[in-house]
Amino acid sequence: MRMLTRKLVRDLWGIRSQAIAIALVMASGVALFVMARGNFSSLRLTQQTYYRDYHFAEVFANVKRAPQRLAAEIERIPGVRQVQTRTVAEVVLDVPGMEQPARGRLVSLPDSGERPELNDLYLRRGRWIDPTRPEEVLANEAFVEAHGFEPGGTVTAVINGRRRELEIVGVVMSPEFVYTIGAGELFPDPRRYGILWMARKPLASAFDMEGGFNDVALALDPGAQEAEVIARLDRLLEPYGGVGAVPRALQLSHWYLESELGGLETMALVMPTIFLGVAAFLLNVVLRRIVAVQREQIAQLKALGYGNRALAWHYLQWSGSITAIGTVVGVLSGIWLSVQMLDMYMLYFEFPELRYDFSWANVLGALAFSGGAAAIGAIGAVRGAVRLPPAEAMRPQPPASYRRTLIERLFGARWLSQPSRIILRNLSRTPVRAGLSILGIAFACAIVVTGGAMMDSIDEILRLQFDLAQRQDVTVTFFEPASPAAYYELARLPGVVDVEPMRTTPARLTAGPRSRQVGITGVARNAQLQRVVDARGRPIEPPIDGVLLSKVLAERLAVEPGDPLEVAVLEGRRPVVETVVAGTVEDFVGTAAYMEIGALRRLLREGATLSGAALLIDSAQQERLLSRLKETPLVAGVGLEQAVIDNFETYLADNMTTFLLAQLGFAVVIAFGVIYNTARISLSERNRELASLRVMGFRRGEIAYILLGELAALTVVALPVGMLLGYGMLAAALSAFETELYRMPLVISSQAFGVAIVTVLASAAISALVVRRRLNTLDLVAVLKTRE
Amino acid sequence: MPRQRPYDSSRSGAEPPPSPASSAIFSLYGVTKVYRMGEVEVHALRGIELELPEGELTVLLGPSGSGKSTLLNILGGLDVPTAGSVLFRGRDLATASERELTEYRRSGVGFVFQFYNLIPSLTARENVALVTEIAADPMTPEEALEMVDLGPRIDHFPAQLSGGEQQRVAIARAIAKRPDVLLCDEPTGALDIATGIVVLEAIDRINNELGTTVAVITHNAAIADMADRVLIMADGLIADQRVNETRKPLTELSW
Repeated sequence: MRMLTRKLVRDLWGIRSQAIAIALVMASGVALFVMARGNFSSLRLTQQTYYRDYHFAEVFANVKRAPQRLAAEIERIPGVRQVQTRTVAEVVLDVPGMEQPARGRLVSLPDSGERPELNDLYLRRGRWIDPTRPEEVLANEAFVEAHGFEPGGTVTAVINGRRRELEIVGVVMSPEFVYTIGAGELFPDPRRYGILWMARKPLASAFDMEGGFNDVALALDPGAQEAEVIARLDRLLEPYGGVGAVPRALQLSHWYLESELGGLETMALVMPTIFLGVAAFLLNVVLRRIVAVQREQIAQLKALGYGNRALAWHYLQWSGSITAIGTVVGVLSGIWLSVQMLDMYMLYFEFPELRYDFSWANVLGALAFSGGAAAIGAIGAVRGAVRLPPAEAMRPQPPASYRRTLIERLFGARWLSQPSRIILRNLSRTPVRAGLSILGIAFACAIVVTGGAMMDSIDEILRLQFDLAQRQDVTVTFFEPASPAAYYELARLPGVVDVEPMRTTPARLTAGPRSRQVGITGVARNAQLQRVVDARGRPIEPPIDGVLLSKVLAERLAVEPGDPLEVAVLEGRRPVVETVVAGTVEDFVGTAAYMEIGALRRLLREGATLSGAALLIDSAQQERLLSRLKETPLVAGVGLEQAVIDNFETYLADNMTTFLLAQLGFAVVIAFGVIYNTARISLSERNRELASLRVMGFRRGEIAYILLGELAALTVVALPVGMLLGYGMLAAALSAFETELYRMPLVISSQAFGVAIVTVLASAAISALVVRRRLNTLDLVAVLKTRE
Repeated sequence: MPRQRPYDSSRSGAEPPPSPASSAIFSLYGVTKVYRMGEVEVHALRGIELELPEGELTVLLGPSGSGKSTLLNILGGLDVPTAGSVLFRGRDLATASERELTEYRRSGVGFVFQFYNLIPSLTARENVALVTEIAADPMTPEEALEMVDLGPRIDHFPAQLSGGEQQRVAIARAIAKRPDVLLCDEPTGALDIATGIVVLEAIDRINNELGTTVAVITHNAAIADMADRVLIMADGLIADQRVNETRKPLTELSW
């Protein structure tokens, strides 16, 4: 081994605990990069392969009922490569052993018994249906797994009022339902929402779709004008009750998958930048100190004839060794984390196979990232070592220059003890370093704050959604709008305490050149169950005139309260009216438009019709009520508030805890890394001063005050900075994820701040204890007898 | 605020200093010190027997490695002997705890080293105030700095002071607490002759005016004539001891 290498190894061993702390910060950054990039490319590759192999369509549209001959016309739209018409229906499912009804989506398959040409299915288990046997269905795997079904199991669907026993012969997956979520739900609930595929003929006859279709999917030619195709398709479907086609980008399952991919991409950039930035800073501080301490060694080496290049390389290797350890640990733990997370993804995304896609490109990316940090960290220190003229380096360094601090000049120094002045002047002598230390600790605080606040946001959505807006126990939706008699029928069902009618209609809202498809919900004034509430949870009364819009919808339409708005209803007589935007509501899921229910009915030129109802029930009679509802022909869906909340909480308990713990772990690494290194550097820089004070008779506690007081000052300043930083990071993250489908409220509880503060203080306390032990073993004589 | 001073004898500014040789401030019996330097044992002191009277100025001479600094550090409570006893006004420092030694240094001892060890972030005045803030009956920092003739440069930081000035601040800092003993380890070692004399004058003045017992280590035998007592050390033992009947003023010393 060359002598300089031997020196490197021994010197590194001497600062091992600091080196490990820095390597851990680096490893965290690398691990997050490798994990996020690895998951991104694994998910992306899986998605692309799946979409391609199973012919995922590119444009989707629903229509009330269109004749089959329209398919040929659709096929003639320029750019359309393939057309798939289907019958699709939402039904109530009666699952054996489950008291509450589940919701099911029935999707037709070709009667030929062949595979569909678009939106093909992956057959996991069992067999394909026999099209001559109308009771045979295929079911999506998540639903089957949630109920422990095996091929051969049965489930009862209430189809147009008639109970039909369906036999699950095969377990499948579809590129259309990678992420399966019921309309209006916040999280997937595979127990209560299943997708069933069956032969077209029996399905069409049950829903009066023979010779027609109510669902169409298109594949496009490469380079086709998607918007143009959609506009033409809408024109063709409109006379038949078309409610507007959507591109793949807005297809629900695809959108969720894309937003996860987008999140991973952002994460792969932001988190490693924070961690590696902090690591670069720590490396820089430590290396500068090493060069200062080894001043005479450097001079001696130069005197012996070692060149600048050899010395530069030697000090670069310090940085390189720490980085190499951090990178190796980071890459390995990143791969491990990635595999763990992919397992978790399999719970929410249904893929035939989700394999970790190991890519050297990701490893090289991580290497570039950490290498960059190492270079930035090393550069100033190495330059310092190289520039030192040997003769000067042999002489002791003159005492460092200090000044009175701004605080002392402004407020006087009388009230400051001498040790307090030492703390203050040390901090102000290296303001950049102090500032970066504060920033590093602040990031640790911010990471915990954002993690906790994610929980708070979800709690807030739950509170607004279920405590304040939807106060009913059960939500019933109908296949089609019903006469007022349905209202009284519901009220007479066992256990129903109160009924509030709901009327929802699809409509196209247009303001100038912009338009959006949306369901308009009719809301009663003084509603007690289904209410509209603002971001603070205060109920908003629906206006007598005009439409109330989700804030995000108003933004997309570029309208403000008072602006004119055209409403084109997409069902029944299809009336079109000019009205105004009466106000906006800040809500979090989907986009909504509200009208006073009477005004909506007048617009539709209907009487007291209802498309569903909100029920308040006597929980003792829930079982009877639910079994009656399962058998009511008109009922298309039954939603139980409690079941949604329970599902939500299981989801949270499973994942958020792991997620929060991981975030806490990363925050501790960063906080400990920064604080411990700051403490060690201060100790190294001040051991002479501190030893002098001990010689003068200062007690251990008194000199600890000087060293640890500096840490405490940095930490105390960093806490509020960290909270602001956390708030800012959260606001940026939430607005980046804000879409028409999903938004999160910015709420940070005092608990989130509390956990952040405790985490940072605990890290500081541990660092302080470790350093204090070193302080107690300070060798007074040795320090004072040697010159610095 | 008066604090408990475990090693302090009755002492106040008004009382006249005890006359030399009236009583011993330090009595050492069979003091040995063995250091372990890796795998080598170093016998720094090999059984020192010594009495130092109150108020005297003692100079320790001897080659490097003769044990001067070890002896001084033991007297100052920075180190404890391997065997033997070190009585400071009757209390044994050899068996004192770390905490008791800290209190002893805090109230009774002033140190001056070859390297001044000033706190670079504090001015001359503040470096002295560092001690006066924790001492029971200190001078003001201004008085202490006046004694070493550093009046006008009192608000300068160490980086703005010359070596001699820094060493005088170190002396002021050492005596501001009115210590019982002032221990100086090569105080002029890093200074030129002229500056060295100024520093020695300051030490001499403190011994004369405050009656503080002083011990000075030096390589410079010429300084010995300013002392009441001269100890010559060799190989961990006191090889020779002499008492000067009259102390020569510094100006008469030949360098």
